[in-house]
Amino acid sequence: MAYLRPHSIEEAVGALAARPLIVLAGGTDHFPARVGPRAEEDILDISAIAEMRGIAEDDRGWRIGALTTWTTVAQADLPPLFDGLKLAAREVGGAQIQNRGTVGGNLCNASPAADGIPPLLSLDAQVELVSAAGPRRMPLADFVQGNRRTARRGDELLRAIYVPRPGHLARGDFLKLGARRYLVISIAMAAGVIERTGENTVAAARIAVGACSASAQRLPALEHAMLGTPIDKSLAMRVTPAQLDALAPIDDIRGSGAYRREAALTLVRRLVGRLAAA
Amino acid sequence: MSAPIRFRLNGTEVAVTAPPNRRLTDVLRLDLGLTGTKVGCEAGDCGACTVLVDGAQACACMIPAAQAEGTQIVTVEGLAAKGEMSALQRAFARHGAAQCGICTPGMLMAASDLLRRNSRPTEDEAMDALGGVLCRCTGYRKIVEAVLDAAANRPEASPPPSGEAVGARLQRVDGLPKLDGTERYGDDVAPADALWLRAVRSPHARAIFTLGDTKALRAKYPGLARVFTARDVPGNNGFGIYPTIKDQPVLADGQVRYRGEAVCALVGDRATIERIRDDELPIAWQPLAPLMGCPAAKAQGASAIHAHLPDNVLITGRVVRGDVEAALAQAAVTAEGAWETSFVEHAYIEPEAGYARRVGDRLEVHACTQQPFAHRDEIAQVMGLPPERVRFIASAVGGGFGGKLDLSLHPLIAMAAWHLDRPVRCVYTRPESMASTTKRHPAAVRGRWGADKEGNLVAIDFDGDFNTGAYASWGPTVATRVPVHASGPYKVGTARAFARAIHTNEPPAGAFRGFGVPQAAVLHEGLMDELADKLGMDRLEFRWKNAIRVGDATATGQVMEHSAGLAACLEALRPHWKRLRAEATEHNRRAGNGHASIRRGVGIGCMWYGIGNTALSNPSTMRLGIAADGRVTLYNGAVDIGQGSTTVLQQIAADALGVPVDCIAQIVADTARTEDAGKTSASRQTFVSGKAAELAGLDLREKVLRLANAGPKARIAIDGRRLRVKDGEAERTVDLSALKPDLPGGDVLTGRGRFDPPTKPLDADGQGVPYATYGFAAQLCDIDVDVELGTVKLRRFVAAHDVGRAINPPLVEGQIHGGIAQGIGLALMEEYIPGRTENLHDYLIPTVGDVPPIDVILIEDREPLGPFGAKGIGEPALVPTAPAILGAIRDATGAVVRKLPALPHRVRAAIKATQGGTQP
Repeated sequence: MAYLRPHSIEEAVGALAARPLIVLAGGTDHFPARVGPRAEEDILDISAIAEMRGIAEDDRGWRIGALTTWTTVAQADLPPLFDGLKLAAREVGGAQIQNRGTVGGNLCNASPAADGIPPLLSLDAQVELVSAAGPRRMPLADFVQGNRRTARRGDELLRAIYVPRPGHLARGDFLKLGARRYLVISIAMAAGVIERTGENTVAAARIAVGACSASAQRLPALEHAMLGTPIDKSLAMRVTPAQLDALAPIDDIRGSGAYRREAALTLVRRLVGRLAAA
Repeated sequence: MSAPIRFRLNGTEVAVTAPPNRRLTDVLRLDLGLTGTKVGCEAGDCGACTVLVDGAQACACMIPAAQAEGTQIVTVEGLAAKGEMSALQRAFARHGAAQCGICTPGMLMAASDLLRRNSRPTEDEAMDALGGVLCRCTGYRKIVEAVLDAAANRPEASPPPSGEAVGARLQRVDGLPKLDGTERYGDDVAPADALWLRAVRSPHARAIFTLGDTKALRAKYPGLARVFTARDVPGNNGFGIYPTIKDQPVLADGQVRYRGEAVCALVGDRATIERIRDDELPIAWQPLAPLMGCPAAKAQGASAIHAHLPDNVLITGRVVRGDVEAALAQAAVTAEGAWETSFVEHAYIEPEAGYARRVGDRLEVHACTQQPFAHRDEIAQVMGLPPERVRFIASAVGGGFGGKLDLSLHPLIAMAAWHLDRPVRCVYTRPESMASTTKRHPAAVRGRWGADKEGNLVAIDFDGDFNTGAYASWGPTVATRVPVHASGPYKVGTARAFARAIHTNEPPAGAFRGFGVPQAAVLHEGLMDELADKLGMDRLEFRWKNAIRVGDATATGQVMEHSAGLAACLEALRPHWKRLRAEATEHNRRAGNGHASIRRGVGIGCMWYGIGNTALSNPSTMRLGIAADGRVTLYNGAVDIGQGSTTVLQQIAADALGVPVDCIAQIVADTARTEDAGKTSASRQTFVSGKAAELAGLDLREKVLRLANAGPKARIAIDGRRLRVKDGEAERTVDLSALKPDLPGGDVLTGRGRFDPPTKPLDADGQGVPYATYGFAAQLCDIDVDVELGTVKLRRFVAAHDVGRAINPPLVEGQIHGGIAQGIGLALMEEYIPGRTENLHDYLIPTVGDVPPIDVILIEDREPLGPFGAKGIGEPALVPTAPAILGAIRDATGAVVRKLPALPHRVRAAIKATQGGTQP
């Protein structure tokens, strides 16, 4: 059994190029999947790679290192654009998980109910993958390909998440629906960002729904319908059931598919209403 | 093996050589011997293993040893590092924030993280900090109170003087080890050289199988000492609660009847048994079509799960009094309805654990239990040994709630230790605990109730199917207890109640806080609401009018002679009911203008509960001794599973003997050193063992007074090796060292008390005196329902409980808080589905944020049979909660939720049904 804990990305991707390794960061998805009898595994622990931690800002936007914890996100000094992501950060498990679990891990685990994915979709996030052959970037929406499926190749690491600077004044929000207050897997969730013009109309809107399809989805028809409209009480009225047609909610232990579809509509209406009132 | 991993642990540098991917919990507990950090799930779902890593709370179960390198780690053992309890630990003790104590280290560490950053947190901040730690006992309120009060650092209260222990707000006498990490639970007691045992379990709900030769497996894994199978069971390969029903095999013999049933046991070193995958075992499975749910098991032509029960009906309990059809035909109003409940998992945070060892020709088992004597006898018959050659020593129990009344790992470790002559330990994983151990019976209950036009209940008709799973366990108990309680705590002349326990290919349903009564209460309270509405009567007043009172007969023909305090409970709730109802009406009127998505409602639930076994003997014997050196010892066979019996029995014994409560020490739940106190079950330990403790105290007191030739009012003081007995002006001295120390434990004087509550057998119509006394309660619940999402937000409970006498009010409050929390789970979120919710993130129990403020009102309608007037509280606390919540949902929205738990999609569907299926 091998257990590698490199301090640099170069060492890490070098190891990945040589042989398959299970990547371990905060451990909060890794260990729960290994309760009971377990085969031995070769592990690449990336938690000591300092350059993958923390949030940095430049003219073009923000770079969130993949090892940034949810607690760091929740406590970071970030503009209202990130309000939805910060709310989601406080819903990823309990405080123990938020202290260890990483943004990158949440994306790579690619649960349909990952709390981090809808708000990052609403931030138009891109992910950066790196391998011994070099880096590549892609939109988050392309990276997450389905239930626990991503575009990451076995020789790649997710290095960072990039959030572009919006062209206008922007605010984000997030709503989660679960059957208890803490430590709960979402039945459905909605995240959104609205950018507003000087005339208080919608300059851009990005709305995403999670836990209602194999991977969280943006709602382009709704986003388009909101463009240019005034930001007031009427904004939530622009949300229609048809705009959510692309969702494919399933029946499971947490709720029926029909209920999820209806709840998603309610959440999205409330989310847009809250963003308009903010 | 790589270089040692170095970190600071509780302020001291440590270096440990361990595999880098080993969980930090294992490093702390096994490599470093610090067992204060508990393991509840290994998946970050329960938070029991919370430690501080560089000051921030984290689950040690999800940290690989390698990541500890260079960090500062603080565990619960580090909180009182200088030998003095921290302010936070003392606040936990003051507030009764620890019951079983298994979550306490995690709670303390999570709270420490918060208090380091913020010494005066708000309640919301405290809840956010504790949100990742589950507690199944306390209902969280006292934990939050303790965290908010930690900064106050209040002085300790002095213990009550002689004769004033009963009724005192005494801290639990066994509390300190729960706060400093030294309490020894089932997984904390094994010797270092013990072998480990892991059961291999059926992945099929129903199958036949053959087990091939395991020689190749043993050759591949030298660390595998032996594979145990059904053939290795030396005695009877069958156990069960009832003397005549030993239907559950220790290891399945060719066929399995539920998913999770043990088929063989691997014993060896830990690494080996954890590395062997189930599919490496030479097991040839032939799955059969399972019977899931009662309708399938009852269906015409359904195959028999047990050959001797062709219709899969284990037992039918019945209570019949009068002509129900005629009475209902004449009733002015009737209400009819049906409800369904789900499997509910006990979800104690401590998974089953313990070890066994062979001592010559005797066997010693140290493990979790709720009934050490019955477990001793059951292990003996499985091992083919006489009971006196088996000693059972209960470990501290990290929550039970009925789930540790059945055998689990005990016969496996006993058999392995016996054959191998080595200590053998075992701890269940969380999924294993959930899949293999008992559950609350899913119930389908139906009923029709009638009242006359003055609002007097005239007849009840009840019928219930209880899914008892693959093996009998406590199914007969549920089937006999439910019909007795089916009427609810109301006077009704005519009754017919049937309850069937039906076998299915699902986990055995056994004992769970209430033995089926909580399921039946959902029906009786639902129908009481409907009748009240039809009569145009207030829901509380209708209950008050029909409340059973002293002098009234029950449906079994038992006349209540004493201590029937339901009416008093309702009277205590009345002003709260009126105020909360008025507030809800006002809220909903205002909400009509714009906030229509939130509707407020108030619900009420009433209950009664027979204390002790149903029409069966259930004695307890307690012994109290004084040694030559003046030490007083209570030999107490009752297991304290967190509810506080150790404390309560000590209070009772102290007052009965007439000595200060803090001068008594105890030996608890060791079959070699204590007598049989019966099960910690059926809310019986305060009432039954409490009475036995009182009698033991009185017996010892009489002996002391006789020696001193003193009268009954004399005062006893212990002064080293002498007793000073003051009778009026006269003081006499008894020299203890002059007495012969030939009694058990080296005592020179001993008192013994035995109590078996008086009952009369039930006849074929269920007529008789099933219980010596009953607990009563009524609870109110104030809630908001989000009608668009179907979510329920609980705002407040007001709980009035007739406990006869509160021996220890904080412990009684703790039971009520915890019972309400479990009632919330039953009502709103808990649904065990075999194979799908075998962990604590798919199976939800309430978190700290799900239990609202609770106002407790104690009604003390003395029970003359009980010790100092006391009855029981454990189960009564839970029974009325779900009915109150469902009633509040109905009050808020008009919707009747027929299937529990009332998950958001079910509430939403019920609301839509009341709106005629149209969308709002």
